[in-house]
Amino acid sequence: MSIQILMPALSPTMTEGKLAKWVKNEGDAVKPGQVIAEIETDKATMEVEAVDEGILGKILVPAGTEGVAVNTPIAVLLEDGESAGDVAAPKAAPKAEAKTEAAPAPSCNPQSAPQPAVAAPAPEKEWTGATASVTVREALRDAMAEEMRRDGEVFVMGEEVAEYQGAYKVTQGLLQEFGDKRVIDTPITEYGFAGIATGAAFAGLKPIVEFMTWNFAMQAIDHVINSAAKTLYMAGGQLGCPIVFRGPNGAASRVGAQHSQCFASWYAHCPGLIVMAPWSAADAKGLLKAAIRNPNPVVFLENEMMYGQTFDIPADPDFILPIGKAKIERAGTDVTITAFSRMVGVALQAADKLAEQGISAEVINLRTLRPLDTETIIQSVKKTNRLVSVEEGWHYSGIGSEMAAIMMEKCFDDLDAPVVRVYGADVPMPYAANLEKLALPQANDIIAAAKKVAYAA
Amino acid sequence: MNTSKAKLETVKAPSNIASPDEMLQYYKDMLLIRRFEEKAGQLYGMGLIGGFCHLYIGQEAVVVGVQSALKKGDTVITAYRDHGHMLATGMSANGVMAELTGRKGGYSKGKGGSMHMFSREKGFYGGHGIVGVTGPLGAGLAFAHKYRGDGGINCAYYGDGAANQGQIYEAYNMAALWKLPVLFIIENNKYGMGTSQTRHAAGELYKRGEAYGIPGEKINGMDVLVVRQAALKAVEYIRGGNGPMILEFSTYRYRGHSMSDPGKYRTKEEVEEMREHHDPIDTIRTVLTDTGKFTEDNFKQIEKEVKAVVNESAEFAQQSPEPDASELWTDVML
Repeated sequence: MSIQILMPALSPTMTEGKLAKWVKNEGDAVKPGQVIAEIETDKATMEVEAVDEGILGKILVPAGTEGVAVNTPIAVLLEDGESAGDVAAPKAAPKAEAKTEAAPAPSCNPQSAPQPAVAAPAPEKEWTGATASVTVREALRDAMAEEMRRDGEVFVMGEEVAEYQGAYKVTQGLLQEFGDKRVIDTPITEYGFAGIATGAAFAGLKPIVEFMTWNFAMQAIDHVINSAAKTLYMAGGQLGCPIVFRGPNGAASRVGAQHSQCFASWYAHCPGLIVMAPWSAADAKGLLKAAIRNPNPVVFLENEMMYGQTFDIPADPDFILPIGKAKIERAGTDVTITAFSRMVGVALQAADKLAEQGISAEVINLRTLRPLDTETIIQSVKKTNRLVSVEEGWHYSGIGSEMAAIMMEKCFDDLDAPVVRVYGADVPMPYAANLEKLALPQANDIIAAAKKVAYAA
Repeated sequence: MNTSKAKLETVKAPSNIASPDEMLQYYKDMLLIRRFEEKAGQLYGMGLIGGFCHLYIGQEAVVVGVQSALKKGDTVITAYRDHGHMLATGMSANGVMAELTGRKGGYSKGKGGSMHMFSREKGFYGGHGIVGVTGPLGAGLAFAHKYRGDGGINCAYYGDGAANQGQIYEAYNMAALWKLPVLFIIENNKYGMGTSQTRHAAGELYKRGEAYGIPGEKINGMDVLVVRQAALKAVEYIRGGNGPMILEFSTYRYRGHSMSDPGKYRTKEEVEEMREHHDPIDTIRTVLTDTGKFTEDNFKQIEKEVKAVVNESAEFAQQSPEPDASELWTDVML
């Protein structure tokens, strides 16, 4: 049977072109891959290659023809034993887009679109037994050690995590217990080891990657997002990436601009990631255990200033926290304050002061930034009718911007005052002690914001 | 093993490197890739395949030769010129072609496209669109082989252009340091998009592992038997617990970087010379003919079989429906 050769599209946007030249003539034998013609678009001259073997029986569009629409038959190829006389008049060109009729796509509006996130979080269990007093540092270490005892495919990798016992001593003792097969010192090469760990996770291992700080992870952000977060979707659900990227995030103390940035909104922006930011030792342990057990890539944002702080946490060996569930750290009736990581503690200090002034603040520890527990925030604002969002990082496109958007979308009629955001100064972090303090949110800033929304200033 | 050894194109593999039947299979495997890619180019021309489409035509001997040296359980990862690798690892032509057309029957349900397909079952881990990532990701897959002690190795493919990415050398360093079972395969088709190797790379690519103690060889990638010979040797070295190795295959793509490449950076004569005198499929066909075991009828039969598979894949790729609108929201998280 004869084969029609169609005017090809040679770029995603081409709709028509000029048939500049026939390289083969009627009667010539052609083989797959041989150039038969040249076409010109507004961008370039390109060659048309034969796909099938045969004789060029008839040229339907002569050389020099302009404006030939994509998919117009331009020639007829004859197979063995056919002659040009056998060729029937060409059919009309098929439609370029042979697409099936699809149902209307769901709206991109989050109000109506189904959410692709994980299933609704389980409520946090009441932990009523004995408690133990531990630092955030120990809680993180214990979480890793317990999960490594539980699952032989969990391992830790990063700079100074083994012999040095952790740049911030978070991995103290892990090498001694688990050996160098599972506690692996890497060279200073964030992009490389983030990629190696991601590859290992594709194979089903469960790496915990420690970044000495999240500032250095900017060298590795390609693997965190392009490789780890997107692959499940690109693979149609076939290939997951069970990995935890963790390390200190945000400002430490007097370390300057390149070591003092909060990356919460960067990662929270990206579908395919879970993003957590613990405050207390209980958060650190319960959330990190949940992160390690979760089959998705998790970005786990710690804070160096919190490592040495001590909290009581449940002694129950099964203690674990749900992902995507915020915690009301202090109940109140007049204003809702949302915060995460170290700022939860600052918000609680502010709430104490506000109470002395007769303002009852409800402090919500967000714990997970993606997926965000919007329900807890909404329910709180329905009660207090006011929201103050606190974060250490910059405000522009920040977590607070998202809080304000949620209030507009979900709580417009409940608000008695515009949302107020408390955030870090919109400058690279200065080194001088006084300037650094000015750049970071303080309890007084939160108090002022709470009074503003309560019209009590 | 010497750390660096350049091989000339005149080097031929010994005649016992593969049996006639094995050679016939390589011929068939390469022809399938060639015809599949030609069909993909045709469907692209008809507007049925969108976006970027990087064809493997001309480079077939590399992946078919390397694959012949692997065993079940080994893993493969490559960049975006990946259809050949998928077919060579045994993924179905239907599933790959339907992914190219963005249909439900594609390997990624139409959500990945030309550059993003995976098959855990066949040990194929993508299909990646970011140049250079296969170095560390491949070393990571090798890390998993070693961690589990499963005896497998990983083949991490990348091009001459990607060989200039810094992360490749981060991966070399750790792979050598930890003796990871990974074969770094540079498919040197002479051009990083439109920039020739002479303009983009200082020195020889296969020697770039020397400082890490990683042996490298430059091999004629247009002869499947020579590729197989080099791969067998490299795989044996790696399985022996010696750590990584680099094979740079000198190869050539007949088509543009992607479908929309007018190819002004090289001459027609250069392309014609490779097609006419160095074609990997013609080369093995001559060897097969010289064995006296195969006739024109054998080749015609294979051509017919391959054509049937490719035509069926094109049919399937057009008949398979587009993914359901609800698929927009699935597979983001587990």
